[in-house]
Amino acid sequence: MMDRPLTGDMRPDREPLSIKEYEEKGGYQAARKALLGLAPKEAQDLVRDSNLRGRGGAGFNTGLKWSFVPMGDAAPRPKYLIANADELEPGAFKDRMLIEGNPHQLIEGMIISAYAIQADISYVFLRWAYKAAAKRLEAALTEAYSSHYLGENIFGSGYSLEFHLHTSAGRYICGEETALLNALEGKRATPRAKPPFPQVSGLWGKPTVVNNVETLCNIPHIINNGAEWYKGLGRSGDSGTKIYGVSGRVKNPGLWELPIGTPMREIIGEHAGGMREGYRFRSVIPGGASTEFLTEEHLDLEMDYDSVQKAGSRLGTGTMIVIDDRTCPVGAVHNIEQFFAQESCGWCTPCREGLPWVVKTLHAIENGQGESGDLEILQQLTDSLWLNKTFCALAPGAMEPLKSGLKIFRDDFLRHITEKRCPWK
Amino acid sequence: MLTEQEREEIERELAKYGNSGQARAACVEALKIVQRYRGWISDAGIRDIAGILEMTPEELDGVATFYNLIFRRQVGRHVILICTTISCWVMGYEEILNHLQERLGIQPGETTADGSFTLLPVPCLGACDGAPAIMIDDTLYTNVSRVLLDKILSNYSGVQR
Repeated sequence: MMDRPLTGDMRPDREPLSIKEYEEKGGYQAARKALLGLAPKEAQDLVRDSNLRGRGGAGFNTGLKWSFVPMGDAAPRPKYLIANADELEPGAFKDRMLIEGNPHQLIEGMIISAYAIQADISYVFLRWAYKAAAKRLEAALTEAYSSHYLGENIFGSGYSLEFHLHTSAGRYICGEETALLNALEGKRATPRAKPPFPQVSGLWGKPTVVNNVETLCNIPHIINNGAEWYKGLGRSGDSGTKIYGVSGRVKNPGLWELPIGTPMREIIGEHAGGMREGYRFRSVIPGGASTEFLTEEHLDLEMDYDSVQKAGSRLGTGTMIVIDDRTCPVGAVHNIEQFFAQESCGWCTPCREGLPWVVKTLHAIENGQGESGDLEILQQLTDSLWLNKTFCALAPGAMEPLKSGLKIFRDDFLRHITEKRCPWK
Repeated sequence: MLTEQEREEIERELAKYGNSGQARAACVEALKIVQRYRGWISDAGIRDIAGILEMTPEELDGVATFYNLIFRRQVGRHVILICTTISCWVMGYEEILNHLQERLGIQPGETTADGSFTLLPVPCLGACDGAPAIMIDDTLYTNVSRVLLDKILSNYSGVQR
């Protein structure tokens, strides 16, 4: 199961592994090894050298992210480690599977990560809709506490960690790491200004690291097998495996753990079984709704962070949404923008006012009421709502599918406007 | 006023936040506890909870109204959440939504006259490989078709509190 470290040990029925089953498969050995054999800085360096990049979508080197946390006796206390399990990116459903299928893997990854930054308290910030994940994680936490893998003096190492599960109550913005901090503090979940970065001033102003669930699940395997082994798992120069997902009108939608850098054609064509009868591939959103559309010419793209970026999009969550030839691309863009407009937290004006403007314009075009200048207005908005013009990355994320959609589907947009109707209806 | 049970559960949440000044961190959990017992959060509910969390009712309402799954208006005995986001849109959630509206005789955001069901559109349920997806209370249903929906609804109709 070395080639599929994250999912290879999971049960076929995806029922969760108990602590006993997890330990029989080598579980909690990495935590022992780290807490008893490695200095925190050594654990940080090992993860940095493995080049594990943030699986939430940003793709930042995880060990490097940790290295900004103040260490030593003078560091402010308590320090926090938070697992971002607020998976609300449209098209993404990978973290659900990781938590439901093997909650102890996440807990072990968090123990090691917390130790590496010498955190005192850790939280899982879990989205409301994941009821089964919450139950299984609660049960696993009880098991881990009774085995003394959490709490005081873990493995007799002298290191202690307090652990809590927080279940949220909706809203996409909670997944933005500074909004998540406000949400945990019991405030409205609006983002905070950066700098200061959470590693220096996070939860209640204390040093805090927020990592994605998939990122954290990789940690025990890196500790067990080393940075070189982890680097060797990838297919295209990037490190590790990736949980890829496909949804849309394919024969076999689902999730697969594959070497990072697996070409898109293989993921959609083989693992997802290709298109359903009567449907043809038109385009794909490669990494959740906030990434740019790609087309047939990109099918041989190696799905790693750098390759997808070079192609003009982002790997993001690695969960692809396939758009077929019988789906109206203008409708698809409209649906995506509607999501972002609704989920804007309303804190900054460009996002709060700009996204509904985008939606109204797209709604008009889709319903045959578009006017000749509409595409230029939409084009301008992709600039007005771009990075550094809004408070956080929500609106720029919303502009990625719009910007690429306007380019790739230009003829479809124009047809809606000139024919004054949706050709797909 | 909070019932003894509500108060006990909220205090258990409060115990997670030892430091003074951090009581409000328990507010989302507290709102969910009261919502579980009362079905929704009334103005009185807001006042009840704010008192024990060292928050003003206005501060708490600011948080409560931020979240789409904290209900500040009365909902039915069962809340039907239908995902309207991209993967479910591609897979035809609109047909399922139309069917729900017909079967229940209500529009999104409304509650049936007998108080059985409230219908709410929600963003992505994270079940995109099983689109279209809906949730009724705490139960997720995937690959929902009109036929399956009729079968699902038959399990709920006539359910009395």
